Amino acid sequence: MILKFILNTFILTMLTFSLSAEETGSHEHSEGEKGLTKEEIDEGIDHHLQDAHSFHLMTNEETGAHYGFPLPVILWDDGLHMFMSSAFHHGEDLVKSGDKTFMLFHNKIYSINESEPIFISKKRDTTIINKEGKEEEITVTDTIHSYSYSEFEQNFISHEGHLPEEAFIANAKPIDFSITKNVFLIIVIGLILFLMFFFAARSYKKHGYLPSGLGRFLEPIILFVRDNIAKPNIGEKHYKRYMGFLLTVFFFIWIVNLFGLTPIGVNITNNIAVTSALAVMVYLITTFTAKKNYWLHIFWMPGVPVPMKFILAPIELLGTIIKPFSLLIRLYANITAGHIVIMSILAMMMFLSSWIGSSLSFFLAIVLGILELLVAALQAYIFTMLSALYFGSAVDEGDHH
Amino acid sequence: MEIPVMVGAGLVVIGAGIGIGKIGGSAMEAIARQPEATGKIQTAMLIAAALIEGIGFAALFAVG
Repeated sequence: MILKFILNTFILTMLTFSLSAEETGSHEHSEGEKGLTKEEIDEGIDHHLQDAHSFHLMTNEETGAHYGFPLPVILWDDGLHMFMSSAFHHGEDLVKSGDKTFMLFHNKIYSINESEPIFISKKRDTTIINKEGKEEEITVTDTIHSYSYSEFEQNFISHEGHLPEEAFIANAKPIDFSITKNVFLIIVIGLILFLMFFFAARSYKKHGYLPSGLGRFLEPIILFVRDNIAKPNIGEKHYKRYMGFLLTVFFFIWIVNLFGLTPIGVNITNNIAVTSALAVMVYLITTFTAKKNYWLHIFWMPGVPVPMKFILAPIELLGTIIKPFSLLIRLYANITAGHIVIMSILAMMMFLSSWIGSSLSFFLAIVLGILELLVAALQAYIFTMLSALYFGSAVDEGDHH
Repeated sequence: MEIPVMVGAGLVVIGAGIGIGKIGGSAMEAIARQPEATGKIQTAMLIAAALIEGIGFAALFAVG
């Protein structure tokens, strides 16, 4: 009965969605306009994946009004410059702070000088004859165009134009310490995690060994990390030292991934800087808690002939860096790929603008969303599991040989 | 320049797919033979699959 009800609601919703999509589709065609073009879709996906200086939830196309809220911008350019990102008006305005002027273009902040133009450059490979009379390949940067700010604004900002392919703005970028979307959400998630575990811990104090409320939900997960990840990989003797890190990383990645699936559109783990920071922590912990046996296996592998030991040492040493590197790439690429696939399937709705395309993409997006829920937890598990494995190899004392 | 890179990436993805498929298949067989070791087999399977996946992503980066 309930199942039937859910099914009916689902079909009804799908029909409504596809019908309204068809309506807008035919409406657009009657006006002789196309749906979104490929470039617009590409740009939309790019913007979804990138970090930004403000939360931009939606834009009213008719009035041009933006909805969202600003975040603080903190820049270092021969002095500290602080202002709210709303001052940029989504890139439509310049911001003067002290004696400097800043411009926001495609989520990047450039330092410009109003009297000097904005330079657009391209990199190009060329062959020159160097001092010794030999040919040498070098990369040169050519300025292909320079605009004054008003020209630049007319060409690129008001009409959302694109730079030519492979071109970039050559103006100086100030050092950016801004509280961006990612930084903001990391702070929020840190607070959420803190409160979660604070209340869970307090419930143990109140009721003795019987957890209540949040503790009842968290206890099995914590026990899972301890019994299925830490103990088998690190060993009974040493696992307690690493539990703090493993639990933090597990819950952090999991909750961050779940936040990435919400409509606020923040993807923290598809920022390679975040996953790099996590991987660097894994590397440092492995290196600084490693026992004698770990270094012995790297520099003087026991049980192989002496010439082999010399070959193995550099490979093993490189391996210590490759292991955390693969961790960071795996997390980053999995989440990025998942988001690109979901966004592309949603873009199908805009691209085909017919009721078949819309309902198909709606259905596929739901299925992929469920899959992403699984991936969010799985990547947290894999990251924790592999770091535990590396920690285990660091403290392994070779007793079982 | 573009096409060979893409073909190479495709080959890597095929290889990674075969690898992960073999791991999954063997794990299934192993679980069928010894259902009591399911937990351990699953763990080992996920680790091996994750390691291969890393190589697959290297191909993605070569294209991207």
